[in-house]
Formats: sequence, C-alpha cells, structure tokens
Amino acid sequence: MKQLLLGAEAIALGALDAGISGVYAYPGTPSTEITEYIQKNKGDCEQPVHSTWSVNEKTAYEAALGMSYAGRRSLVCMKHVGLNVAADAFINSAITGVNGGLVVAVADDPSMHSSQNEQDSRVYGKFAMVPVIEPASQQELYDAVRYAFDFSESIKLPVLLRLTTRLAHSRAGVESAVSAVSRIQKTLNALYAPERFVLMPHNARRQYNNLLGMQDKLEEDSENSWLNRLLPGTGTIGVLAFGIAFNYVMEVREAFGLDYPVLKVGHYPLPRKKIDALFNSCDTILVAEEGYPVYEELLRGYFGNTHIKGRLDGTLPRAGELNADSVALALGLAKKEVIPVPAIMVNRPPELCKGCGHRDLYEALNTVMSSHEQHHVFSDIGCYTLGALAPYNAIHTCVDMGASITMAKGAADAGLRPAVAVIGDSTFTHSGMTGLLDAINDHSPLTVIIADNDTTAMTGGQNSSANGSRLLDICRGLGVEDAHLRAIIPLKSHLAENIAVLMEEISWEGVSVVIAQRECIETAARKKRNPAAKA
Amino acid sequence: MQINIILAGVGGQGILTIAAVIDHAALQSGLTVRQAEVHGMSQRGGAVQSHLRISDREIYSDLIAEGTANLILSVEPLEALRYLPFLAPDGRIVTSTDSFINMEGYPTMEQIFDELHRTNHPVLVNAAELAREAGSIRTSNMVMLGAAAPFIGIAAETLEASIEKLFQAKGADIAAMNIRAFRTGQALSQLQATPT
Repeated sequence: MKQLLLGAEAIALGALDAGISGVYAYPGTPSTEITEYIQKNKGDCEQPVHSTWSVNEKTAYEAALGMSYAGRRSLVCMKHVGLNVAADAFINSAITGVNGGLVVAVADDPSMHSSQNEQDSRVYGKFAMVPVIEPASQQELYDAVRYAFDFSESIKLPVLLRLTTRLAHSRAGVESAVSAVSRIQKTLNALYAPERFVLMPHNARRQYNNLLGMQDKLEEDSENSWLNRLLPGTGTIGVLAFGIAFNYVMEVREAFGLDYPVLKVGHYPLPRKKIDALFNSCDTILVAEEGYPVYEELLRGYFGNTHIKGRLDGTLPRAGELNADSVALALGLAKKEVIPVPAIMVNRPPELCKGCGHRDLYEALNTVMSSHEQHHVFSDIGCYTLGALAPYNAIHTCVDMGASITMAKGAADAGLRPAVAVIGDSTFTHSGMTGLLDAINDHSPLTVIIADNDTTAMTGGQNSSANGSRLLDICRGLGVEDAHLRAIIPLKSHLAENIAVLMEEISWEGVSVVIAQRECIETAARKKRNPAAKA
Repeated sequence: MQINIILAGVGGQGILTIAAVIDHAALQSGLTVRQAEVHGMSQRGGAVQSHLRISDREIYSDLIAEGTANLILSVEPLEALRYLPFLAPDGRIVTSTDSFINMEGYPTMEQIFDELHRTNHPVLVNAAELAREAGSIRTSNMVMLGAAAPFIGIAAETLEASIEKLFQAKGADIAAMNIRAFRTGQALSQLQATPT
C-alpha cells in the first residue's frame, strides 16, 4: 500500500530506509518537513537516529560531515538560503570528500513563496563540483535519496539533492522498499585520513586535483543515471526538461496529444551524449528549468545559440515557478480563454495571529519610535517580519538571518540614533549572537530587542536553541551589562511599563538588550491540546 | 477519469483536513493523487489554496492548469472567486457563505453572490449553521466536503470511511459527528442540484 507523503517526507523516509544515523537541519520553508518527519517516524531502533534541530545550517552541515567522517550515513537539510550559511562547509567538504554517505537536501523556493530570493542551488553544486540530483516526483525523491547515499559512498563525495517548493509541499502516494525493522545503519568506522581532511594548502591542492580528475567519471555516471532519460518523439522541436519542469512538459504533452521528444535530466553534471542526441535530432530546443536558466545559459554560450529557447529569450518567464500554462505557451499553444478574477477581489495578506505577543511588542515600540525623528527599526526573519505590514509598519529591514543586529550596528557606526534591532529567539541563536559581540566590542550605541516566543514559530513551532533565562545568560556572557539587559512581557496590561523600559534603553548610548518574553500562542495552544507533544 | 479540485480558504481554516480525507479516499479507491499545499509565511491569516488532483492514470503536474478545475471547494465565499481563472467552463463552485473578514475593502455579500451566480450552478452552503446542527461548529469543513461530494468522483461511502479513519483517534463520537456533518452537507447539495 502506498503512503501519502509530501515530497519533503519522501526524502525523509528514503533517508531512514537508507540507514542514516542522523539528520541535521535548521528549520526553513520548504525544507522543514524532512526533519520533522524523521523526528516523528524514526521509530525505536536499537541504534538511535539523531534528529534534534541544529543552531544553524553551518553547524548542521559540519555535524553531518563529522558523522560521515565517523563512517555513518547522515542527511543534512536546509532551504536554499540556508546553503549560503553552510556554504563554507559545503564547498570544502567536496575537497575533503566524505566517508559515510552524505546527502545534502536543499529546497529552493522559486516564486519566493516564503523566501527573500529564488537562488538556484544547482549553481552551488556546479561551484563545489559535486553531483546534483533533482528528482521530478515524490516517488523519485524516495528512490533517489536511497540511490544518493550509495552513490555518495561509492564516489566519496557529498551529493546535493535539489528540490523546489512545489515538490516539497505536494503529496502523492509513495511505495517504500524497506520495512522500518530492516533498516541497517553503518557501523562506526572513523576515518583516519589527515591527508584528506586537513585542508592545509599542500593537502588541499592534491585533493582539489583529485576532485578535478573525477569530473569525467561524474559525467559518465550522469550519462548512465536512471534519473536521465530520453522520451523519443517526432517533430522538429525537442524539450530539455530539468527536475520538476519535466512534469509540466509531460502534462502539456499528454493534454494536447503532442509527441515532441523530451530529455528528462535529474542528475548532473550534464549527460553530454544524451544532450547531443537530442540537439542533433531537433531544429529547436526548449530548455525548461525550474529556477535560474543555469544550463540554458551554458548551452547557449556567449554568442548565443538561436536554436535554443527558454527563460533567457522570454519564451518562458525569466522569474518564478513554471507551470503547465507557461510551458504550453512556450510550445506555441494558444492561451486559453479563462474566467477572469472579478474586479471586486481584494488581497488577503498574511498577518500576525490575534493575541500574538509580537503585536503588543510592536504597539509599545511604535509608541517609543514615534517620539524620535529617526525611527528606523532593523529587523530579521521570522513571524515578527509580518510587523512590516499594516497596521504596524514597525520594521524597515529584513535581509538575512541575523542581519538586524549587525545592520543596526553599522548604521549606529554611521551616526544613526537611535539604532534599534528586532530579532527572534531562534534567529538570535542562529546568527545574531556573533553580531552582538561585535557591537559589544565596539561599544556601539544600539538596542537589540529579542522577541522571545519560545519557539521557531514561522516554520511551524520547532524547538529553538535557547530561550527564556538562557537567552539572558548568553547576552550576559557576551558582555551586555546587567543594567541594560532587561526582560519585559509583551501583554496589553504591561504596555505602559514596556514603553518605559524601551524608552530608557533606546535613549541609552551603549549596547542594551530588551528581551520580550511571551510564548507563541500557537505552540501554547498545541501543548494545551496535547500535553505529551511538548518535547 | 481525472478530477481537478482547488481547495480555498484562509490560513487556519483547515482546508488541509478536507484534503486529507479526499486524499485518503482516493488512495483507498486505487486512484493516483497529487496534492500541492501551502506552508510557511503565507499561511497566517492569508489566502491559502491547495491543488488536489485525482486520476486513474499517472498525474504529472502537481499544479492544476488554468481553465481545467472541475471543482472549486471554498470554505470562504470571497476566496472561492480568487481562483476563478482555474475553473473549467463546466466546472462547479461549492462554497461556504460564512465570510471571514480580516482586511480592508472586503466586498459586500451581494457583490460576492452576484459573481458566484455567474458561474455554473454554484452550491452555496451555510456551513457554520449546519455544522452547529451536526453538533459543533468545528465540523463545518466536513459539511463543506459533504456538499462537494457529488462532484469529487469518489463514492460517498468511501469518503465517509476515510472521515471515520481520520477522526477515530479523537473518539468515536467525534467521528460520528463529522460523518453527520458530511451527510448534512451532502443533503443540502442534492437539494440545490435538484431543478426547481
């Protein structure tokens, strides 16, 4: 019997069935459900599977690499922008290579449903010169993860598994190949190989040359991969469909009864012979990629091959997710007449929950900031980012994890007064602590407000790495003076008091931290419904 | 057989519970399912939708193409209209008439009904009221599923068995209440479908 799984969950099940000893991750849409599934379904194996959340993607990646070094299989998961955070470890792990299988599952977010950009992780795969696999369906994800662990072990390299939001967050029936009781983990077998793992220049040069020397073999592996296959057809137009783009191409092919040849690519580097075969049999090639036109650009070349159509010449939209409609248009099929959205329609943007503590924090903060001529508030990534919208319009930046503190510091260095940052508990431990240390070392006049709701709320309420009194201890340990380390409770009944505290600290010429402590109402309600769920 | 359903509502209204029942029933019927949903930032009080596709053949796209949805099932009346470009010419709208207003400029109910009535025999459901009659306002999603049942392509008994299965952990009385709600919606739908 097939199980109905999200694409993200299919990865998780595949990894469990491949015998991983641990998953390492920081929550991030659309990758969160991979780790959550493993947490809920790892079973009571004799050999435990590590699955608690990491502080950020870099710590997650390094722990996964360490597990691989010790001979066991590990999965590390993140959203696309998380790979920026883990990039140092990722790129260098391609130079050291791995021991136990290491699969890096990265979920990109074209159309930016829950992200600040739509960067394409395949570029990172090319950059690191490691194989990338990009399955097109939930079943393929399950099968590909198991394949990727074997493959990673055989080539001694990390394998990047790239997927996008639509596949991560879509359900389908998935057939599993292994029963939970027959999962087998690798035995502990720590590799003593300083010549590989000590990346001093003399080792790094040799290892890099090894990696370069492997590229022909990796292309050969792609050539023979089950994830790359040509569907024969007729006509002068052929389609080169990468990853999930294959689904839209096939949807159109079936719906309109067309017969164009399609080369499905789900394993990189490019399978050159298969590409040659398609290009030699067709006059025009439509290149359909979900994300950046990474390979379209490569295939066009600098001088531009006019037989290639895709995102770069406007045949497909340059930005955003593909769908069957955009692919149909690209193949020259006429746009359908559809019922328009009525003129009375209005947008319904997301909002902070009714009763959320962030609302009370922003009410107090807005009152304080309105008394200042300069009222910039630097902020960060989490539910509290919704404070940028009406009715609060309380925050004025959101760039990357932890940037609120460091941007406010830079602005303070430039002379901006007051300099105020708003950051969540989980984002603070992810990437905010180091920036706070910079501010302390420079005695920057800066007020950091940590909105501590006891959870990573935006992604659905995962445990955060530190909250409550531990956050106070961390700030104290970094060097925040006790007199300017304040805790408030963001409740309507505390409004006057909270305004007074914020007013005092924001007008103080030094580093101050105000921690607004109130549990997320969603996680509180969940604990009330199911007390056992508190883990 | 292939059925494309857009499920629509506001984040927090629980359209994914409806999806879970249909998904389960479809798999039980030996059909292929694809169901794309929304997680993350857009879910909090914002417009949410799920594309649900059922077929007796392989399904390629997780997303429904424009003009090919057989059904828009919405738990909020304005949200039903947001996805009209997806509706097939002979597609149906089944929507709750209980409005959820958390933004500026919400149209009048008269304007919304005018637009709904331009579509092919919409089924309009006073879901909250019927759910209360079934035992709890929390069953309104199952009222809506019942009202949509004639257009889903899966036998009502199979859908009921899936409701039973998915709610059994919460107790037999909760499961029974949800099935009662489902039948109430189904009866209303049949009544509205009968030509007068």
